[in-house]
Amino acid sequence: MTSTISVSNLSKHYKVPEREGGLKAAVASLINRKYRTVKAVDDISFNIEPGEVVGFLGPNGAGKTTTLKVLSGLLHPTSGAVNVLGFDPAKRPHAYLRQVALVMGNRNQLSWDLPAIDSFELQRAIYNIPTSEFKQTRDDFIDLLELKDLVNKPIRNLSLGERMKMEIVGALLHRPKVLFLDEPTIGLDVTMQRRIRVFVKEYNQRWGATVLLTSHYMADVEALCKRVIVIHHGHTLFDGELSNLVTQFSSYKTLGITLPDPDIDLSRYGEVLTKDGARVTLRVSKATTSQVTASLLSDLQVDDLTVEDTPIDDVIDSVFTSTEESK
Amino acid sequence: MRRYIDFYLASMKISILEQIQYSMANYFYMIGMITEPVIYLVVWTTIANQQGGTAGGYTAGGFAAYYIIWTLVRNMNIVFTPYGWEWRIREGRLSMELMRPIHPIHGDVAFFAGWKFVVILLWLPLAAILTWIFKPTFHITWMEALVFFLAIWGAYLIRTILLSLLGMITFWTTRVSAIFELYFGLELILSGRLVPMTLMPLWVQNLSNYLPFKWTFFFPIETLVGTMTTSQLWSGVGMQLLWIVSGIIILNIIWNFAVRQYSAVGG
Repeated sequence: MTSTISVSNLSKHYKVPEREGGLKAAVASLINRKYRTVKAVDDISFNIEPGEVVGFLGPNGAGKTTTLKVLSGLLHPTSGAVNVLGFDPAKRPHAYLRQVALVMGNRNQLSWDLPAIDSFELQRAIYNIPTSEFKQTRDDFIDLLELKDLVNKPIRNLSLGERMKMEIVGALLHRPKVLFLDEPTIGLDVTMQRRIRVFVKEYNQRWGATVLLTSHYMADVEALCKRVIVIHHGHTLFDGELSNLVTQFSSYKTLGITLPDPDIDLSRYGEVLTKDGARVTLRVSKATTSQVTASLLSDLQVDDLTVEDTPIDDVIDSVFTSTEESK
Repeated sequence: MRRYIDFYLASMKISILEQIQYSMANYFYMIGMITEPVIYLVVWTTIANQQGGTAGGYTAGGFAAYYIIWTLVRNMNIVFTPYGWEWRIREGRLSMELMRPIHPIHGDVAFFAGWKFVVILLWLPLAAILTWIFKPTFHITWMEALVFFLAIWGAYLIRTILLSLLGMITFWTTRVSAIFELYFGLELILSGRLVPMTLMPLWVQNLSNYLPFKWTFFFPIETLVGTMTTSQLWSGVGMQLLWIVSGIIILNIIWNFAVRQYSAVGG
């Protein structure tokens, strides 16, 4: 099977001017300007198959958005090869742009002053969508995102979440085969985040679209992505199934214990993470989980006990922290 | 081709809808803009009257005709500026526009073309008031009216191309204001915006023949106000066409370099 997205040894470096603070340095920089090369993305490779939904994770400045911009054709790579749907995105052929969409959570393309229904009409003209297909897709999306009462209101009168839903409809009216989503739920409340996740999942399943998603909200990633690519300082740290990320990077489990006497010292069983009334959470190493569980049950009167994997947020956090420390 | 026509019509409709929402703001903007030609008009009418009725071949009525048509041509000359380019790069709007399978400059041309329809409607009562006050002299033939119609759209395209070329400097440096001010100064003198070109020294008039500015102001105004022959009228349209075609070629060449420079800093 041919990959929808194929990235091979991709690097994107920027040359940025740099100088010390102060007037003297400012004057000196007029004559002798110094530059520093920033390696936003440095030699990364991956393939994404048709219909896959892949989470692209990393802290701020890791290179996620830069990679997305290279894939969508906004930026030219410094080196390496990129192929999306058989096209070189950097050449930005119209045939390519008609099949992809880039949605950025904090950017908008719909007219601020007009109802979305008018801006959707412009999208129809831009993508040359046949009228019947356009109307059907638009109405389907409006139903799916429950926007019927909002499409006739000017965009400026909508809430952030409502605006985002409109932006997503506008970006997908041409039914792109590849969807680049950059923080699509940023700043939204949990209900709105969930609604957008359900919509993206529905779109992926209905049209078989390939989705590459960046998000700082792990709930987005857990709900949508089986596979994740973790990137840090422009390098790939992990590429595989989300469940394997937990296995590979988390050597701990979290035990939740409810005790009749919460004042008992549990530090000999593991690291006490929280204490909330009668409920205590402990972090124990994976290797000793069964042994510690057995000891707790035999030594103490336990009302309730749960064993859970480390939350994915903590795993990701520990991946980045360990990378920083090993530098 | 049908696709482009559809896109232009849809964009122009969006622009008209947006501008109608701000019709009062547009009106005040236009009233402010009319101050400039009214000052020129009062000054030159006074000079003409002091010199026995004419100055540089223009009567008081001739000056009135020149500057009233000036207001329409000026409105037609409003295009997406380099400041706009700065804004759209800084705000990340250009990234969104670059993701569309249509060149962003088509979007600019279509949007401002739509705006003209609203602006012309708003201009009509102002032109009527200026006509009532200053009593312009017009002797317009059908041929001149036809050439004027073509010339104002030609002027619009030439100025769009020129300011887009200036705006594209923002791909290399994020501040172009200083260069724009320099351009504006040259345009003021060499286009006929400040005074009719025939009032300028001969060397300035000769120089203006080799530059695009006069085809965006002086030529369209003169098609209605001046005494050009049929051949002069059509060769003027030909010159506009020449500037448009060369401009598009240069724009395409620079665009190809510019997008490679694009760093999508604003998103």
